[in-house]
Amino acid sequence: MAELNAKVPTGPLAGKWTRYKDHQNLVNPTNKRKLDIIVVGTGLGGASAAASLGELGFNVKIFCYQDSPRRAHSIAAQGGINAAKNYPNDGDSIYRLFYDTIKGGDYRARESNVYRLAEVSNNIIDQCVAQGVPFAREYGGSLENRSFGGALVSRTFFARGQTGQQLLLGAYGALSRQLKLGTVTLYNRHEMQELVVIDGKARGIIARDLVTGKLERHFGHAVVFATGGYGNVFYLSTNAMGSNVSACWQVFKKGAYFANPCFTQIHPTCIPVHGDYQSKLTLMSESLRNDGRIWVPKNKEDAEKHRKRLIKAKDIKEEDRDYYLERRYPAYGNLVPRDVASRAAKERCDAGYGVGDTGLAVFLDFEASIKRLGKQVIEERYGNLFQMYEKIVDENPYENPMMIYPAVHYTMGGIWVDYELMTTIPGLYALGEANFSDHGANRLGASALMQGLADGYFVLPYTIQNYLAGEIGVKRMDTSKPEFEEAEKSVRDRIEKLMAVKGNKSVDHFHKELGKIMWEYVGMARNEAGLKKAIEQIRALRAEFWKDVRIPGLAGEMNPELEKAGRVADFLEMGELLALDALNRNESCGGHFREEYQTDEGECLRNDQDYMYVAAWEYLKEGEFQLHKEPLKYEEIEVKQRIYK
Amino acid sequence: MNLTLKIWKQSGPKEKGKFVTYTLKEISPNCSFLEMLDILNEQLINKGEEPVAFDHDCREGICGTCSLYINGRPHGPDDAVTTCQLHMRKFKDGDTIIIEPWRAKPFPVVKDLIVDRSAFDKIIQEGGYISVNTGGAAEANSILVSKPNAELSMDAAACIGCGACVAACKNASAMLFVSAKVAHLGLLPQGRIEAKERVKKMVAMMDAVGFGNCTNTYACEAECPKLISRSNIARMNREFMCAKVS
Repeated sequence: MAELNAKVPTGPLAGKWTRYKDHQNLVNPTNKRKLDIIVVGTGLGGASAAASLGELGFNVKIFCYQDSPRRAHSIAAQGGINAAKNYPNDGDSIYRLFYDTIKGGDYRARESNVYRLAEVSNNIIDQCVAQGVPFAREYGGSLENRSFGGALVSRTFFARGQTGQQLLLGAYGALSRQLKLGTVTLYNRHEMQELVVIDGKARGIIARDLVTGKLERHFGHAVVFATGGYGNVFYLSTNAMGSNVSACWQVFKKGAYFANPCFTQIHPTCIPVHGDYQSKLTLMSESLRNDGRIWVPKNKEDAEKHRKRLIKAKDIKEEDRDYYLERRYPAYGNLVPRDVASRAAKERCDAGYGVGDTGLAVFLDFEASIKRLGKQVIEERYGNLFQMYEKIVDENPYENPMMIYPAVHYTMGGIWVDYELMTTIPGLYALGEANFSDHGANRLGASALMQGLADGYFVLPYTIQNYLAGEIGVKRMDTSKPEFEEAEKSVRDRIEKLMAVKGNKSVDHFHKELGKIMWEYVGMARNEAGLKKAIEQIRALRAEFWKDVRIPGLAGEMNPELEKAGRVADFLEMGELLALDALNRNESCGGHFREEYQTDEGECLRNDQDYMYVAAWEYLKEGEFQLHKEPLKYEEIEVKQRIYK
Repeated sequence: MNLTLKIWKQSGPKEKGKFVTYTLKEISPNCSFLEMLDILNEQLINKGEEPVAFDHDCREGICGTCSLYINGRPHGPDDAVTTCQLHMRKFKDGDTIIIEPWRAKPFPVVKDLIVDRSAFDKIIQEGGYISVNTGGAAEANSILVSKPNAELSMDAAACIGCGACVAACKNASAMLFVSAKVAHLGLLPQGRIEAKERVKKMVAMMDAVGFGNCTNTYACEAECPKLISRSNIARMNREFMCAKVS
C-alpha cells in the first residue's frame, strides 16, 4: 500500500516554494532530450505543461479526444483569472489571495499548495500578457480588474466574458509553437484508455485512435494527467459533452488515490432546466453578480402568478422583492461564494418563492445597473453573455431580468497528489481540475484558470524534474514489453465486453438515469438515508447497464456511442464513490452540505475535530474502497467559521 | 413540431456518400438543434439502426467543435450563433431540413457530418502565436495597450476556429480565420515584433493546405457565429503587402 506522504517542504510557509526550487534535482539539457513525457489533455493545465516541457527540451507527446487542442473545455470559462497584483491599490497581497482561497475552500485545502498558487499567480498574468492574451484595459493602457465572489478586493483579470477562451488560445499558441519545433507531438482524436505501470512506475499509456478505433501503445518516462473534472457524473452539468472521469478512474483502479470526491461545486447562476431532452446546462458567468442583483418575490402569491405566466418580473413592485443575498449577507451581498449563493437559491425555491415555469429559478436583475451605468456599459461588460441568454431562453435580459438556478459546474475533488503534483503512482502526475489540491471544499470564482495555468506553466515543469533526474539512466522502452501487452489486452477485453452486451437501451438512457440519482441524493443537499439509497440505486443501475446497454456499430471504427459507453461505465462506478465519500463526511463544508449538520440559520456546520482531513480513497475491487486520511494542519491561518455576513 | 431531415451519410473519407431521409415527430421548439439530433440518434439506436455521427462538445457556442451546413447555411438560419446554440424555434412545423458537413477540399469528411479541420491547426503552428517561453515574461503592466486597440484585438481573438467561414465561401477561403489571428496579435505591441514573419508564414501555409483566395463576397462575415469582421482581411492584406515589399 502506497504511503500517503504529501512531501510538503519544511520551514515557514512563505519560503517553502523558493526553498523547494533551490534544492530540487534538475535534469541537464542533453539528458532532457532523452526523456519522454506523455501529457493527457490539452486544456489550460495540459497545454501549458506540454508547451513548457517542450521549451525545456523534453520529448512530449500530448493527447486529446477532441479534433483540436483548442477545443478543451477550459475554453468555456467565462469570468476571469485571479492574481494578487494589487493594481487597483485596494489592499490585495499574496497572503490575502492565499487566505481568501483557504477560507473560500472552507479550510479543507492544503495550506502549502494554496500558498504556492497565490505566489505564482502574478507570473501567470505576466506570461499571458506576453503571449498576447487581449485582457481588458483601462484608457491609460494598463490592465483592468473586476471583483468576484468571496473576495473584498478586485483581483480578477478578464477578456470580456471569454477569459478561458483567450487563456486557452494563449496556451494553445505556445503549444502550437512547440508542435512546429517538433519538441511536442500531438495525438488528437485519441482517448487515453489505460495506464501502463512497469516496476511500480508509470511508463506509458494505451490510447484509442477515435477515427480508426485502433489501440496504440505509447511509452513515457513520466505521465501527466490534465484531464479535467467529473461533473458529468450528474449528466446535466456545465461541462462539455465529452468531459469525463475515465482517465482518472482507470489510474484509480491501478493504485492512484482519489481524494475528496464529494467536494463538487454547484454554480449558482446557470440557465434553468427546461425539458427532459436537455443535454447540458449553460452557465451565466459569476461576473454578472457584480452588476446583477438576485431576488425572488416577497409574497408567495406573486411567485405563483409568475409561475403561471400571469405576471412579469417588472410587475412586481420594488417593496415586494426580496433581495435575499443582500438581506442575509450584508457584507458580501450578491458576491458571496458560489456554494452559499446556490444553497440560498435552493432554500428560497424550496420554500415556495421560486419563479419561472418550473418554480426552480430566481431572478438576476440588471435594472438598477442599467439605470446607474447605462445600457452601453452593461453591453460592453456582458454583451456576449446577454446574447447567449437570449438565444437559449428567447427573452431579452436588458428588458426582463434573467432567470437562473444552480447547476453542477466544477469538481474540487480529484486524484490525490502530493506537493509535487505526483499521485500515489510514481511518475504519474495530475494537474488542474483533475487533481484535488487547491480548492478544498469550494472553489472561488476565477481560481480554476489560475490553478490550471499555475500547475502547467510554473509548478510541474519544476517538480517533474525532481523525479526525472533519477530516471536519466532509463532507456526508452520497447512497447512490446509484457506490461504493454497486458494493458492493451485489458482495454480490448473491456471494449469487447461492452460491445457484446447487445442490449436494448442506449448509453444516454443510463447516463440520464445516473444523473437523476446523483442530483436527487448527492446534489446540493445530502443526507444519510438519501446517500445510502443512492449507492443502492447506482449499483442496480450499473448491473442493468452491463446487461442491457446497446452500442451500435463496431469497435474497429469511429464509434461515438462506444466512446460514450466507456465513459458512462466509469461514471457508474465513480458515482458510488462520490456518494460513499459524502456519507463518510459527517459534516457540512463548502460545496458538501449534509442536512443533518447545519446551524440554526441554515449555514454549514463543519466538524474540524473529526473531519479536518483529506479523504483519499484507495480502490480495492468494484464497489469496495479503502479510506486513507491526510490530516490538514494550518500553521499560518487561524481556522474559523466561514462567515460572509 | 414534426420534421423531415435529409442528412448526408458517408462511412469514411474515401467512401461514397448519400442523403438519407429521416422523419421526427413532436420536437419541442425549445430544443436545441443538436438535442434534436440526439433525439433522432436515440430513436435510431432503439430501432437497431446506425446513428448519425456529428461533431459537438461544449454546447455553449465557444469550443468551435460543432459545424453542420443546414439548409445551405453554415450553423443554420439564425445569425451569430453556432449550431449548438441554434434552437428549433427557428424552424416551422412540417419543415424539411437538409443537413450536410462542411464542404471544402482542405476539410475532408471523416464520417457523416464530421470533417477533419486539422488544416487550421497547421496554419496556427506556422506563427499564430508570440514566441515567448514560459518564465521569460516582463511585468504585465510594462506593456501598455491602448483601449481601442485592445478592443479591436479582442474582437478578432473571439474567433472559435469552427470553419464556418470556409464552408460559406465559394472559394473555400480561410482568409477570415487567418486574418483574425493576424489582426489579434498584430494589434498588440507585443505582437508587432514578429508581425511580418507571421503573416508571410501563415499565408504560405494557408495556400499550401489548399484553401482558396478571397474574392470579396463576404459570405464568411455574414455566416461567422462570432461576428468576426471582414476588415480583418483588409488588415491582413495590408500586413502581407508591407511584409512582402519591405
